[in-house]
Amino acid sequence: MDLSSISPTLLVASIMVSATPILLAAIGEMVVEKSGVLNLGVEGMMITGAVVGFAVAVETGSPSMGFVVAALASALLSIVFGVLTQLLLSNQVATGLGLTLAGLGLSALIGKPYEGMRSPTLPRIDIPGLSDIPFFGRVLFGHDPMVYFGLGLVLAVWAFLKFTRAGLILRATGESHDSAHALGYKVVRIRLAAIFFGGACAGLGGAYLSLVRVPQWTEGMTAGAGWIALAIVVFASWRAGRVLIGAYLFGGVTVLQLNLQAAGVQVPVALLSASPYLVTILVLVIISARGQHGAPASLGRPFHASN
Amino acid sequence: MIRLERRPEPSKLWTAVTPVLAVLLTMVVGGILFAFLGADPVGAIRTIFWDPLFNPQFAGFTRPQLLVKAGPLILIAIGLSIGFRAGIWNIGAEGQYIMGAICGAGAGLAFYPSESVLIFPLMIVAGALGGWAWAMIPAVLKTRFGTNEILVSLMLVYVAENILASVSSGLLRNPEGRGFPGSRNLRQWDAAANLELIPDTGMHWGVVFAFIAVIGAYVLLTRHIQGFNIRLTGEAPRAARFSGVIPARIILLCLGISGALAGLAGFFEVSGPAGQISIDFNSGYGFTAIIVAFLGRLHPVGILLAGLLMALTYIGGELAQLMLNLPGASIQLFQGMLLFFLLATDVFTNFRIRIGTGETA
Repeated sequence: MDLSSISPTLLVASIMVSATPILLAAIGEMVVEKSGVLNLGVEGMMITGAVVGFAVAVETGSPSMGFVVAALASALLSIVFGVLTQLLLSNQVATGLGLTLAGLGLSALIGKPYEGMRSPTLPRIDIPGLSDIPFFGRVLFGHDPMVYFGLGLVLAVWAFLKFTRAGLILRATGESHDSAHALGYKVVRIRLAAIFFGGACAGLGGAYLSLVRVPQWTEGMTAGAGWIALAIVVFASWRAGRVLIGAYLFGGVTVLQLNLQAAGVQVPVALLSASPYLVTILVLVIISARGQHGAPASLGRPFHASN
Repeated sequence: MIRLERRPEPSKLWTAVTPVLAVLLTMVVGGILFAFLGADPVGAIRTIFWDPLFNPQFAGFTRPQLLVKAGPLILIAIGLSIGFRAGIWNIGAEGQYIMGAICGAGAGLAFYPSESVLIFPLMIVAGALGGWAWAMIPAVLKTRFGTNEILVSLMLVYVAENILASVSSGLLRNPEGRGFPGSRNLRQWDAAANLELIPDTGMHWGVVFAFIAVIGAYVLLTRHIQGFNIRLTGEAPRAARFSGVIPARIILLCLGISGALAGLAGFFEVSGPAGQISIDFNSGYGFTAIIVAFLGRLHPVGILLAGLLMALTYIGGELAQLMLNLPGASIQLFQGMLLFFLLATDVFTNFRIRIGTGETA
């Protein structure tokens, strides 16, 4: 066992990379849940984003194009969920599960010809001078653009929900759709927009997995990342800042266990590989033991304007 | 203007019609999908739904597979449906299935090479207990701390997969297997083998248990007070509490039943069709069973039929892979689509479609 082989600088830098896909998916899902909709299909949308992003990047040679199309594809898939739950008033839990199952099948189908290929990946932004500062230079600078995009998105969502009128309406819809409807807001339209945004974010997160983090396509490669994103929203008590903490915590556990495996620590590999999931359960238990704080009051309840 | 008007009660007629409608819609859209993949749509649909049962050339091989695949699906889906009825979402059946298989096989292999008649019953009990114990984790966390059972049960699937990988190359590895991962083959050990009971039917003990589960669930839900309490909890939680139903007890009961049944399914699979514990022995039955439960309208008899249909798509999918070179994943998409169409057409069950803006009569 050789723990000295783990460099703290590289560790922090790789935590940021491994946290980004979950961060993107979780912040999108948080907006969806803030509007009062529980979309359990994050995993399905993420993996669709992963395969579409990869395929487009391979075909066009442009990873940026991959990200854009991945976001669109996942958003399109999320609209299927939106139409079913908002217009046809189906059960949100069942529909979300269906979205995940269908997404896993769809992605395996699309991805078959792309297995084992390599795709162009995003370049790192190296700022001469800044990136060379010891420790901080490598940690804060010299990442790929999506890492900063994720951080910016968290900030934007936080500001949107806290300071803008549209954000207030979105939150009102999630707290009491009947009141929002009585005030004349278009509940269904607002929720569809939120679902679309959540889908696009999940797609970006998925594409980040297949284009930057791994970067390869393998069937079922999200391995529960979408579900962990859902758990992080609960952990974060539906607050943007805490989503960031949750995602980095999870990214930290993932990277750390990989590093420990590589360093040959005397802990069963199965336990290390399962640790991200165990930590997620543990965190969920701690949060729920403190009581449900901040869940939107209308979360998961179907809305039907009777008149 | 099209408006939806909530029915006072779900329509009985539409409850029965929507699954059939969903299957037909899936066939049509699936046919279009297959056409895009470059296959003859009518031929592909026939290969999936007709040939496994009636093709004179190979129906003899494929027909027994129907019960082999339907057994675990029905067994798991029956358990899940009881929970879903009460609004308890156990979606980690795949994990409970794996743990049931590991515990059942492990309990038996501890006594290898004994030929005692008690081995098989012991393994059945251990399998059920393994699944039950794995489902008790989300159940206890939910009753003690109010933790979301959806997320916990799902996370435990990934934990179970890691345990499976560990035991198949460690604790349960076949000592005579030249170091290859995977346990002893239970089919070659008479005391533990779960072989066909009637030749060429696919009928094994797991299928027998599936049928018993269907009958048991039917009796529980329609004739027993606990079944009534379960349904009441799902449909009117407040009313249930006023009438003295203890929610924690319902949670423990529902997750316990579904976990034990999933564990049984896992054990019967590992001792029969699969034969041994190996890294990739689980094949997603735990997730497909969710579709089966919904397609069967959470009703025991419906689940029996839905399980058989879903088993047919599995076999037909494999056949289509062999004969028409269709990708195996397309059948997974096919199954997901089926659930989508079912949920979409369900709007007719719960709502009346009104056209025009006039007042309701």
